[in-house]
Amino acid sequence: MNQMTPPAQPDPALPPAVSVRGLRKRYGKLEVLKGINFDAHRGEVVSILGSSGSGKSTLLRCINMLEIPEAGTVTVDGTEIALVTRRDGGRRPADPRAMDQLRARIGMVFQDFNLWSHKTVLGNVIEAPTHVQKRPRAECIAEARALLDKVGIADKADQYPSRLSGGQQQRAAIARALAMNPAVMLFDEPTSALDPELVGEVLRVIRALAEEGRTMLIVTHEVSFARDISDTVVFMNDGVIEESGPPEEVFAAGNNTRLARFVEG
Amino acid sequence: MDFEFLSQTFVALLPGIPVTLELATLSLMLGAGLALAFAVVRVRRLRPLNWLVIGYVYVFRGTPLLVQLFIIYYGLAQFPEIRSSFAWTYLREPYWCALLALALNTAAYGSEILRGALLSVPRGQIMAAQACGMSGFLLFRRIVFPIALRQALPAYGNEFILMIKATSLASLVTLADVTGIAARIIAETYRPVEVFVAAGTIYLAISYGLILLVRVAETRLNPDRRDPAPVAGVGAARKEVTP
Repeated sequence: MNQMTPPAQPDPALPPAVSVRGLRKRYGKLEVLKGINFDAHRGEVVSILGSSGSGKSTLLRCINMLEIPEAGTVTVDGTEIALVTRRDGGRRPADPRAMDQLRARIGMVFQDFNLWSHKTVLGNVIEAPTHVQKRPRAECIAEARALLDKVGIADKADQYPSRLSGGQQQRAAIARALAMNPAVMLFDEPTSALDPELVGEVLRVIRALAEEGRTMLIVTHEVSFARDISDTVVFMNDGVIEESGPPEEVFAAGNNTRLARFVEG
Repeated sequence: MDFEFLSQTFVALLPGIPVTLELATLSLMLGAGLALAFAVVRVRRLRPLNWLVIGYVYVFRGTPLLVQLFIIYYGLAQFPEIRSSFAWTYLREPYWCALLALALNTAAYGSEILRGALLSVPRGQIMAAQACGMSGFLLFRRIVFPIALRQALPAYGNEFILMIKATSLASLVTLADVTGIAARIIAETYRPVEVFVAAGTIYLAISYGLILLVRVAETRLNPDRRDPAPVAGVGAARKEVTP
């Protein structure tokens, strides 16, 4: 490993990068999250596993408030996202500008990439740094090229997303998230929409980021990958965290049968 | 057919082209601005403006443009409040009445085109922008509107062409556009066939130019669709996975 990169050990002495307390979310009558508590420390890689419908993607979306939880608090990098109750009983961010600022420090990678179709790959990567962070364009372009090189698609900088394979699009999306230099990266099933032969190239990029010591929350179905790169594995079932701990403990034989069934597929 | 008369008529009609083009350009620009505002009101469901816009679109799409033009030209003069107001300096001119009617009419159609385009912007791309910290006008200006514009352009190009032809109605409130001059020549010569053939040719030429312009705009806004996908890119992606 590169000598320059910091050790990939999570540091529990610092305040957690992400702290979730008593999180509840419902869609109509369906309660998707039933009181979630967990912390992700700086430099920690947390994988969130669970069958579809277990609430893991919703949990990720609640962390950057793409979904607004009905109850509970989310604290990112020491800042709590303040929510106020609306007249209809739902909640909304108390200060939309503060929420935008916080979102700018949380990188998100989506299952369907969601690259902006009207911009080139380079345009996608520099968009938020130039217009949200309002940094000098030349500086952003230089950084963006370095990031594209890092994820292995430097030669695609001037292409439009529709010209790229799924794996290339997802790597571009990762570069776009990294360009904001986020305090934490959220990955929402980053390989689920990919053809099997393209999964590897994306997982390699995520693994390299994990080794750099970045704080990452990864919702995934790739069990062996999660076991490999995570400091902590969280197993969700039916809106609650059923298991949580270092992968060797969580995957230990004779553990929770539901997890065992999930791992066997 | 008398070709000499035809070519004379053709030349006589040429001074009407600037009037036709000016009416079409100004009404489309004014109308597009209104249409965008109306579309945003509709998509955001800004009440009570939303209901007003729904009613407006219903009325202006549901009645003939000619009726709208006559109501504005003949009707507004009956209100003393309007005759004594500042607006009368414009509204007593047939030119401004025609421009107003055309703009209000195209705004109704345009707002529906833009509303559909705004609704078709993929939710995921908006979410990705929000996740980067974009919201409000920045999100609209940088992401939502450019994507919607690309979606709207083919349908809006159609509206451009319809408006070029709709300007011919302005001749009925005495404007000397291409059709207005044509009508005058017919009244003088009683030779409607040659005159209308000449006028029709001019509209055809203008429309053809417009079609080309829209096509150029479409290719410029969608550079990724300009030429077929490079085969090498696809091949390279496949090669990576089978080392």
